[in-house]
Amino acid sequence: MKRNASRGLAYEEDLLFELSRPGRRGADTPAYDIPRVDVEDLLGGLLRDDVAALPEVSEVDVVRHFTRMSTWNAAVDLGLYPLGSCTMKYNPKVNERVARLPGFSHAHPMAPAVDNQGLLGLCFELEQWLAEISGMDRVTLQPAAGAQGELAGIMMIRAYHEQRGDTRRQKVLVPDSAHGTNPASAALNGYDIVAVPSGEDGILHPEAVAERMTDEIAALMITNPNTLGLFESHIAELCDVVHAGGGLVYGDGANLNALLGVSRPGDMGIDVMHYNLHKTFSTPHGGGGPGAGPVGIKASLAPYLPTPVVEQGPDGFFWNHDLPDSIGRLHGNHGNVGMLVRAYTYILALGAEGLRRSTDLAVLNANYLLACLREHYHVPIDRPVMHECIVSDRGLAETGITTMDVAKRLIDHGYHPPTIYFPLIVAGAMMIEPTESESLEGLDRFVEALVEIADEARTDPETVRTAPHHTRHRRLDETRAARKPILRWQPPTEPA
Amino acid sequence: MLERIGVPAIDALFECVPDKLRLDRALDLPAGQSEQEVMQRLAALAQQNVNAQDTDWFLGAGTYAHFLPSAVDALISRSEFYTAYTPYQAEISQGTLQAVFEWQTMMCGLTGLEVSNASMYDGASATAEAALMAMRITRRNRVAIAPGLHPHYVEVVRTYLGGLGAEVVQPAIGSAPELTDDVACWIVQQPGFLGSVERLTDHAEAAHSVGALLVVTVTEALSLALLQAPGDAGADIVCGEAQSFGVPMAFGGPHVGFLASRQKHVRQMPGRLVGETVDTEDKRGFVLTLSTREQHIRRERATSNICTNQGLCLMIATVYLALLGRTGLRELAELNLAKAEYAKSCVRDHPQLSLPIDRPTFNEFVVRVPDSGAQALERARAANAIGGLDLSEAAPQLGPAVLVCTTELASREAIDRLVDSLGGAAG
Amino acid sequence: MSEIQIPDALRYSKEDEWVRAEGDRATIGVTDYAQQQLGDIVFIELPEVGRQIEAGEPFGVIESVKAVSDLFAPIGGEIVEVNQGLTEGPEAVNEDCYGDGWMIVVAPSDSGAIEALLDASAYGTHCQEREDQG
Repeated sequence: MKRNASRGLAYEEDLLFELSRPGRRGADTPAYDIPRVDVEDLLGGLLRDDVAALPEVSEVDVVRHFTRMSTWNAAVDLGLYPLGSCTMKYNPKVNERVARLPGFSHAHPMAPAVDNQGLLGLCFELEQWLAEISGMDRVTLQPAAGAQGELAGIMMIRAYHEQRGDTRRQKVLVPDSAHGTNPASAALNGYDIVAVPSGEDGILHPEAVAERMTDEIAALMITNPNTLGLFESHIAELCDVVHAGGGLVYGDGANLNALLGVSRPGDMGIDVMHYNLHKTFSTPHGGGGPGAGPVGIKASLAPYLPTPVVEQGPDGFFWNHDLPDSIGRLHGNHGNVGMLVRAYTYILALGAEGLRRSTDLAVLNANYLLACLREHYHVPIDRPVMHECIVSDRGLAETGITTMDVAKRLIDHGYHPPTIYFPLIVAGAMMIEPTESESLEGLDRFVEALVEIADEARTDPETVRTAPHHTRHRRLDETRAARKPILRWQPPTEPA
Repeated sequence: MLERIGVPAIDALFECVPDKLRLDRALDLPAGQSEQEVMQRLAALAQQNVNAQDTDWFLGAGTYAHFLPSAVDALISRSEFYTAYTPYQAEISQGTLQAVFEWQTMMCGLTGLEVSNASMYDGASATAEAALMAMRITRRNRVAIAPGLHPHYVEVVRTYLGGLGAEVVQPAIGSAPELTDDVACWIVQQPGFLGSVERLTDHAEAAHSVGALLVVTVTEALSLALLQAPGDAGADIVCGEAQSFGVPMAFGGPHVGFLASRQKHVRQMPGRLVGETVDTEDKRGFVLTLSTREQHIRRERATSNICTNQGLCLMIATVYLALLGRTGLRELAELNLAKAEYAKSCVRDHPQLSLPIDRPTFNEFVVRVPDSGAQALERARAANAIGGLDLSEAAPQLGPAVLVCTTELASREAIDRLVDSLGGAAG
Repeated sequence: MSEIQIPDALRYSKEDEWVRAEGDRATIGVTDYAQQQLGDIVFIELPEVGRQIEAGEPFGVIESVKAVSDLFAPIGGEIVEVNQGLTEGPEAVNEDCYGDGWMIVVAPSDSGAIEALLDASAYGTHCQEREDQG
């Protein structure tokens, strides 16, 4: 293993622990205005030695360390980030400014409700807005991310069946194109998974569900538009089939950004759904989180909502803990409220018209990309799409170039790659979601890059196969990382 | 663009949506507003919440008011960090990946364990995930919780395990733990919800004697700088909430759950892990690894359904720990302890107040008040303090009592005022 | 994909395990086709010696960086030996799947079961069919 020196403005940076020098520190603590204590005397055998794993570095060290590291990241603020299903839209700066107001950022979740009326009011109103957007009756804001929302939603479905004494239902239908969180969330509820195949046209057909819809099926989990970017045109019939069989329908709201003001899951027949505020409502992805995954439900499931729920009484807003049939609490507090504040800000800024416009432009952009790429890349299911489109490496088969190679070569052109090898039902899938944030010129440049790579795959495949060439790192060895995992830094041992 | 696509208007792109499912009206939401108007409205809502910058603050109970060094927000406001996604494309995500590797290293040191993941949603769900992990490791279906676990955490563990038909037992305060040989884990909070510092070695012995794992949950992560590392005391899984490491209280979230364990259990861990490797030119770099545990690969057999985590809050905590460092964090922890000891001495000296629990504590402790917790806190509120948590629901056996937390933010004068107001009924 | 090695002397299951019969013992591993499909193997989980397995039952797990597969027992019997070397060196399955990459040795409960498995030619056809389906 070798380490390179910084070149030009391309900075290298060791680990904090390697920068550490005895006696340095980056933050101070206030003077004692109270008597000092003898910790040994107070805690004796309950004490530890000092924490040798923490570094000793100055404030300048820390600031340069993280500032330099930040330059090694791709980000929405640096350019198009077309990860399908992840909706990497622009995150307005006002969201961040609002979330940092002391009345939001320094409020405490267990302070009396009377002292948090602004926040409770915001939650109350956001719940109503999300319900209106989706056509649901109630919303819990507690789940911290989409997957926790799925867990909550499936728990409410389980509670619903159990309350009716319907305990035979131990299976959940999940389409083969679903996100991995869907089967994982159902399994955490003790459900077995029954896969439902998508049709040749990439969407679900009522017959495929009807064949599997028995009195052992608790629910169908469905994403609409689905992970192929296609609207599930038979959604109303699918819901009818499931309801007629005594089941409920769970809607994965990962792609709700394609439907704002166009169509509402509640009107389609969906009984429970989650919203990904970090996708549809512009809260930042944060390098992996935090997100927020509120869950909307139809009135029939209201008794099972997680506690507490925010309600309005004569004395103002309050937390209602009195839901005897609730599935219980999912979060130590009230969820990722800082993200709720940002989403509230976004909805307020855009309004009904702006939200609809965001959907129009997202769908326009995705269809435009598909139209431009059709001649250059294989399109597995060539139909009009919603907010994202899928192409594959099948047309490149004779060059030996794969989706992975195209993705890595895109990095050399300054783009984050699309979602690749997903959904699993399309071999070599590239799932491209431009979002509404991109201009026509930006889309054209992205198309140019992809076209150039398709040509290069034929003229100079080696360059594509060994990409990226212009990044701080070349391809990283994931096999080595997994075979002998090194998951923390340890001081080098002295040579014997 | 429409021409290229081959449709006459944007509306035509929505033809795949059946007519009967099209919304035939505008959404019933407020009209859009300018940034100035948005700021005004949100500032007005923010004004209606009491915050720890304008008020003397003694309420902890799982969410702690600490001083936030300026460099933390400056660094995590770099949009290269906060507008990035999960670092699946390692070559262009090294900033995030290296920071996570540094976090994992520091959390291993703090917990005394060998592997830390890249965050959970919060301390409560981390505890539930730890219980599930222990059930997988031991292949047992029963979880026992010590009385000192935060009541909200107990509820979350019950919710998570409810779907799997697992049994959750919690002995009453003062009674012996019901540790039988079908228990997967014994969950102990350190310090306990009411502030007491536990002797973890005793708990480890009790758990291990029946083949159960010891899970230690920490809600006040700063205590890890001062108290025996739970891993050194025999804990098999250490989890909890690291909000104290520079993360704003933010009305309870986003915070940052953590989970660490022994190396031998790494394949049963939930959540993302970052590992060291090299690139094709032998240069050190970092990647997400052991991903086959996760939902996007193992689907219904994954160790957890978690996908999105609390990445940016992890980044906050990593910057914070780097700034405070080896000497600063210990110093701060000792200062918190000293503040609490001073406050306890004032309580002892006050004729109307007492300390009902005679155990070592860190920065949080119970004060018995003369009338009721609610009334005492109202008096504190009148003196511009959020004086703590009324324990009438969480610990009625203590009589009228308040859970008080003193961090470095509590000045001597503020503590004096608090003690006066809590005890002021007869005065 | 490079050419698939299918030794004539072995028997095969449709789930891509091979079996080598040697007296009252049968050695089991995964085929060249399977290891090529999976790519770089990073982890293998194998059962304890002494366990009884039924034909068709999962007896372990094999993982590459981005995929997980169950290992299905091609025949039933008692596990009498396990290749401990794979814990530290799972790459042996990539490098020598019919030799150092063996996984378990079983004392078959039904010696006729091995004969009932696919021979090299039938297994080769099975692989080819899947290739053609893409």
